[in-house]
Amino acid sequence: MEFDPVFLARIQFAFTISFHVIFPGFTIGLAAYIATLEVLWIATGAERYHRIARFFTKIFAVSFAMGVVSGIVLSYQFGTNWSHFSHVVGNVIGPLIGYEVLTAFFLEATFLGIMLFGWNKVPRGLHVFACIMVAFGTTLSAFWILSANSWMQTPAGHEVINGIAHPVDWLAIIFNPSFPYRFAHMVTACYLTTAFVVLAVGARYVYQGRYGEDARTMMRMALGLIAILAPLQAYIGDSHGLNTLEHQPAKIAALEAHWENEPGEKGVPLVLFAIPNEAAERNDYQIAIPHLGSLLLTHSWDGTFPGLKEYAPNDRPPVAIPFFAFRVMVGIGVTMIAIGWFGAWLLWRRRLFETDWFLAPLQHVWPLGFIAILSGWFVTEVGRQPWVATGILRTVDAISPVSGWAVATTLALFVLVYGIVFSGGIYYINRLIARGPQDVAIDTPEEGLPSRPIASAHQATRAAINAPGE
Amino acid sequence: MDLSVGMTWYLPVIWSLLLAVAIAMYVVLDGFDLGMGILFPFAKSDVEKDQMMSSVAPFWDGNETWLVLGGGGLFVAFPLAYSIVMPALYLPVIFMLLALVFRGVAFEFRHVADTSRFLWNIAFAGGSTLAAFFQGVLLGGFVQGIKVENNAFAGGPLDWATPFAFFCGFGVVAGYGLIGAVWLVMKTEGAAARHARAHAKLLLPAVLIFMGVVSLWTPIAFPRIADRWFTTPNLFYLAPIPLVTLLLAWFVWRWLNEGRENRPFFGVIGLFLLGYLGIGISIFPNLVPPSLTVWQTAAAPASQIFMLIGTVFMLPIVLGYIAFVYWLFRGKVREGEGYH
Repeated sequence: MEFDPVFLARIQFAFTISFHVIFPGFTIGLAAYIATLEVLWIATGAERYHRIARFFTKIFAVSFAMGVVSGIVLSYQFGTNWSHFSHVVGNVIGPLIGYEVLTAFFLEATFLGIMLFGWNKVPRGLHVFACIMVAFGTTLSAFWILSANSWMQTPAGHEVINGIAHPVDWLAIIFNPSFPYRFAHMVTACYLTTAFVVLAVGARYVYQGRYGEDARTMMRMALGLIAILAPLQAYIGDSHGLNTLEHQPAKIAALEAHWENEPGEKGVPLVLFAIPNEAAERNDYQIAIPHLGSLLLTHSWDGTFPGLKEYAPNDRPPVAIPFFAFRVMVGIGVTMIAIGWFGAWLLWRRRLFETDWFLAPLQHVWPLGFIAILSGWFVTEVGRQPWVATGILRTVDAISPVSGWAVATTLALFVLVYGIVFSGGIYYINRLIARGPQDVAIDTPEEGLPSRPIASAHQATRAAINAPGE
Repeated sequence: MDLSVGMTWYLPVIWSLLLAVAIAMYVVLDGFDLGMGILFPFAKSDVEKDQMMSSVAPFWDGNETWLVLGGGGLFVAFPLAYSIVMPALYLPVIFMLLALVFRGVAFEFRHVADTSRFLWNIAFAGGSTLAAFFQGVLLGGFVQGIKVENNAFAGGPLDWATPFAFFCGFGVVAGYGLIGAVWLVMKTEGAAARHARAHAKLLLPAVLIFMGVVSLWTPIAFPRIADRWFTTPNLFYLAPIPLVTLLLAWFVWRWLNEGRENRPFFGVIGLFLLGYLGIGISIFPNLVPPSLTVWQTAAAPASQIFMLIGTVFMLPIVLGYIAFVYWLFRGKVREGEGYH
């Protein structure tokens, strides 16, 4: 049996990077949330902030470990599976990743030690500082990796000499045209994702009548953030779309399943549903609203944008995946705004914690952000095809000289190992959530550093963790 | 000398040294926590296992980051070498990464698990051992050379799988086991420390045998390495390296028998660095042995300079806060001390 190494390598990368992005997608927001809780704890002295912070720190530890190990894999896969990509764009992409390691990875990984193990060993101020450093590190990491990804989408500041990209202007490379939009969109998405997990956990406890004020605090903080960020995200997403139309119009044509501007027809309709038929270059079973596509993308009634037929077939991205993934993402975005505003309204009317019909489904909203993030990445990565670096290198040319069976073997192993690890992670995070926030004996030194930090054991935490759930 | 010519000569040399530092940091730092994982199955009790885990828990994430800097650094400074070495060593690289995935999550899962804890103990020890083994295989596969045509890997997917590479794999398992043992001698008390000391005494001679065999095998099998070591005047300059290694090994042996707690660890770091220096001497200036040098595989000077500026600023800061965290969690882990 012959294996196509390009197809297998693409599946493998899609699988490993989709698996990976789930964790930073969660921990970027969670680190910021824990840091916020600790600042509130110090500012107000209210013990519930401390309990919630410690509770989420345990979940953070498990999630972060999965993010780290799946991220190390990616830093090597550029070379193992996409060696020609590494050679052609290494001069430009390499330093961006190098800066990510030096400014972000070490920062988060090192201060994580204090964040997880320093509760009883360092003064509160230093612990808060460590949390802020971890949160800052995760965000900085997003900055560099999104800059690298955005450069692949909308390259700038470089010149191609003998087929190899060379840097000309680093500022233009880092702040390439799509980067500010992608960065704002992704960081906001991370915060929303975390907020929906916190909201679901809080709703679960309130609905079950557990953890009184702790659970209500989680819900209040999450809903407040969602009510503001979800609509803001719609605005950022719209701006990001306009930027994509300017720089990658074929991607927009694909995600709107817009084949052509028919002569005599004014404006572009918005396709609500269709089955894109790439062989026949049309949509089957289409339901569309006239002019709405123009209104959204050109902000005018009769504006047009290029259709897919204006591109040679081998320059077009696949249509079905961006089309459907985009609709999933936008659908979730709208749902998030509805939940945020309705929940905030209930909170304002002081009815939220009694409205059982709303709390019951809210317990299950935790995957929303993850699905939206994955859908969004499917839109932007599949929509970039057939290029791996737009206009510079095609995906089929980026591959390593490795045999199909070697890629097939490692792909099978990745699916197996990640399947086990993911199931374990979900299972253990669920257990931590079922146990809920615990009262912990604190003997945080107020000042000065203890002489034998490791020695002051975390017996209390351990006892709490090993205690059976209620 | 023309400045730009000078730069294209110096930059790859500077970067190969920086890369060597990053990999050395990785080998020492992740070496002791992988080594602790290799020794994990030999712990006599759960208390001892917890103690071993606690001794590295605050550090392992940062330690593993040096591996990203090693791989990332190769990508940044020598993208051509990265694009040849990674496909050539495709399977062992991915096996190593998967092993690291298992052991990394086992740290956290083991801590949350009750009845399934034994499974994560196995995953932790197995992952650590396999990761070490495949790192040794990578070293062997790299030293023995890679077939290159037209600036791309031109060999088969199992070219790396030679007796020499497997031998190096076992050697690195023994080496990491040793540095893990002397780390535990330094960082634990009671039974854990006693057992670690006994393991270190078994592993030290084993590691010396591995180092000795590799030192003989490489010049016999690879004439380019024999030329480097056994021609005059190199012979005289390089002869001290094996002699110093033997002397230091003798000191470590004495310190272990005298009951010293910290010195064996630093002595073993010295042994590691000497072995590492020996490999460097055998290879340099090749970065893809035997055909491509650091100059032929270097990134554009503009890329190397841009990254060098960041490194000069960031590396001291990074080393500073890493040292701070090691200082913060100094001292020994006692029996019965928990995780988190």
